[in-house]
Amino acid sequence: MNGMPLVSGSVKLGFVLLLGIAWYVSSAHQLVNPLLVPSFTATMQDLWTLLRDGVFWPDLRITLYELVVAFAIASILGLAVGYAVSRTRYTIKVFDPLFSSLYSVPTILLFPLFVLFFGLGSGSKIAMGATIAFFPVVLTTIAGLGNAEVGLVKAARSMGASDWQMFWQIMLPASLPVVLGGLRIGMVSALLAILGTETIAAIGGLGHQIVNYSDAMDTPMMFAYTLLVLAIATALNSLVTALEGFARQRIA
Amino acid sequence: MAGIEVRSVSQSFGTAENPIVALREASLSISKGELLCLIGPSGCGKSTLLNIMAGLARASAGEVLIDGMPVRGPVPKKMAFVFQENTLVPWRTALDNIRLGLAFQGAPKAGREERARAALDLVGMSEFANHYPRQLSGGMKQRVQLARALALDTDIILMDEPFAALDEQTRMVLGEELSVLLAREGKTIVFVTHSLTEAVFLADRVAVFSARPGCIKAVIPVEESHPRPRSFMTSEKLTSLRNQLYEMLHDEVLATVRASLGMPAGH
Repeated sequence: MNGMPLVSGSVKLGFVLLLGIAWYVSSAHQLVNPLLVPSFTATMQDLWTLLRDGVFWPDLRITLYELVVAFAIASILGLAVGYAVSRTRYTIKVFDPLFSSLYSVPTILLFPLFVLFFGLGSGSKIAMGATIAFFPVVLTTIAGLGNAEVGLVKAARSMGASDWQMFWQIMLPASLPVVLGGLRIGMVSALLAILGTETIAAIGGLGHQIVNYSDAMDTPMMFAYTLLVLAIATALNSLVTALEGFARQRIA
Repeated sequence: MAGIEVRSVSQSFGTAENPIVALREASLSISKGELLCLIGPSGCGKSTLLNIMAGLARASAGEVLIDGMPVRGPVPKKMAFVFQENTLVPWRTALDNIRLGLAFQGAPKAGREERARAALDLVGMSEFANHYPRQLSGGMKQRVQLARALALDTDIILMDEPFAALDEQTRMVLGEELSVLLAREGKTIVFVTHSLTEAVFLADRVAVFSARPGCIKAVIPVEESHPRPRSFMTSEKLTSLRNQLYEMLHDEVLATVRASLGMPAGH
């Protein structure tokens, strides 16, 4: 078992390296149109300039700001609504399928409406990110709180637990593993929605920057930005996964 | 004065037109310091009655009185409940689980730790105070649950098949220990079980339920002082009482099995 993470880690690394080599070889030998797939070296040079001069900072700040606000709205609303719904079996029966079906609707179609409401700036990205992230949070909160082990709840009740104690000492810790999973999915989908909508209609942000360079046919720079975004997204995902694992360990 | 008065308690589920009667007109009078076992075929309503006594379920008709006061909900200062399944929270140690129970009960904060430790000591689990439930075996978890109930220091303890999920040897040992412990503590106990031997070994009286719709068919006294020696387990008295109970239950169990298979009643 101890060797497993090392093995899977090197397989992952090897896969990424292989992709890089394939890219390098195909662009160096002009196997692909350099306008569509820029040369590896040109991209790395642009990435270096980008990092050295720090020109990405203003756009990164915009994207992160949108993400933080959208995620905050989604988690607060999702947890509150989830808690309210999970209070009775009737409300669970009514709202759980409702939220589930709304979750499967392509809510991205609301984006033109959000642009109309909140403008081309961060407002429409936040609205989109919050909308998309809300559903996994609310659904897992309902599932977690609604399915807290009957035995634990009954035992606490027999010992005289108040509503407040029941929530903080039993329901919340019991549902945390499920809810944390929902929060992680919410955060990842918010990032996805925000970057995606930035490429559709925006005045700033990393997604917007990528489209700008694409429009200018500056594919090396576009690829450099894309790699940067990939790195940031991976880092964010590992961070929340680590946080989730840490919290789980404290509970279970 | 009676500890627990059960007055023609009935319980039915389902719709008004098509009710399923789980319990019909059960009446019992349990005196202070007595250990009463409820025994009967599956689905006869013995656990339902225990839950109604505990205030965890509401009776469709009738009432339960504790020291003359009708039960309308849990009475944590007077009654503790031991569950069949593990109800220890997995994120707290054995000791902290008991402290949490005391916090729920509203016990003064100052003495909680000492009371929790004393209760663990009573069930022989002091060494495992800082173990999490997942680090304990089924029998040990059950001991901690018993300790939690004892720590609450109530006059009454209600036990819903507390040893049912354990293996035969463990449940025999725990049963013996329970007999000793309870004789010392002088608590009023109502104990639901499937095991005839366990019922006769532990109880002062055994209430036998009929098949669904469950009602109390007979109450058999055991007349043997506590704590009961291990030799009582193999005594002729226990065996003959056990056979008597088996005779009474046999027809009821058969009726339950027939009903569940959709066979007509009768022979």
